[in-house]
Amino acid sequence: MHVPDGFLDAPTSLATGAVAVVAIGLSLRGARHELDDRVAPLAGLVAAFVFAAQMLNFPVGAGTSGHLMGGAIAAVLVGPRTAVLCLSVVLLVQSLLFADGGVSALGTNVVLLGLSTVLVGYAVFRLLAAVLPRRLSMVPVAAGIGAFVSVPAAALVFVGLYAVGGAVDLPLGTLTTAMLGVHLLIGLGEGVITFLAVGSIVAVRPDLVHGARAALGQRVLEVRPSRAGSTGVRA
Amino acid sequence: MRLLRARVGTRALAAGILVVALVLAGVLSSFAASTPDGLTKVAQDQGFAASETPHVAADGPFAGYGVDVIGDDRLSGGVAGVVGVLVVLVLAGGLALAVRRRSDEPAPR
Repeated sequence: MHVPDGFLDAPTSLATGAVAVVAIGLSLRGARHELDDRVAPLAGLVAAFVFAAQMLNFPVGAGTSGHLMGGAIAAVLVGPRTAVLCLSVVLLVQSLLFADGGVSALGTNVVLLGLSTVLVGYAVFRLLAAVLPRRLSMVPVAAGIGAFVSVPAAALVFVGLYAVGGAVDLPLGTLTTAMLGVHLLIGLGEGVITFLAVGSIVAVRPDLVHGARAALGQRVLEVRPSRAGSTGVRA
Repeated sequence: MRLLRARVGTRALAAGILVVALVLAGVLSSFAASTPDGLTKVAQDQGFAASETPHVAADGPFAGYGVDVIGDDRLSGGVAGVVGVLVVLVLAGGLALAVRRRSDEPAPR
């Protein structure tokens, strides 16, 4: 859902730019709550994966395709504040290096793909994680559903932005239906990819997954030598 | 309390994710759907696609996820994908390392 230059007028682009700057600033400050020596390497890799996955458009009906947005994946794996930073880096590189997403639309794209998907995806994830059994196997399920919801949510945010500053006078009802329709389908793809990606990391290294901390128990994991002499991880 | 044995070392996991990203961007991206994405299609159908203005970086060497000096489409797209993965990795990874809590700092509670 990369918005090009020209879709939204200058005041709206500036406003979303301001929101993006504030959000990124807050995330820079708050990310240290999520990132330590152990987990920090994962953030760069998650961003790299999201970038790569966003190149893989999948068909969602005749003549249309969609691609992963990645906000929910990033939020569940490395935490929401780090996720905002990861997605912002991806969007910046996409816009400046590959001309994907307008430069004047960077604020808009950060609000849509970096903020909306992260916030909605993570909120739904946390809600589900609270009501589902507190087991590791539930983490990718909750993440996948959060991801599925996050895509049409971002589509609605776009409609809202378009209502405020869209270049063309459009009937909002039609725009909403059109955007929701295709993005519900894209959300299905996002949900499946998120479930698989989060599931694969949870399966091998749940201790590195931000969203799995509750399922593992809230204590900080320590590496201690076991009595037999081999290293293990004591939860 | 259960004793868990870490099944995959952090370095192995990191390498694995990087390889996946490189294969996705460097190889599989050539086979991605080429139809317009959801927003673009809606813009075309609803009549606001034409309000798009040219991108300032449209003449850049990697614009459009290709390498302009490479003739073969697949190779061009693949190299562009690999470049993107590495640039994002360095920038995002560097940023994460810069803002992280060092090991000598107490965990916030």
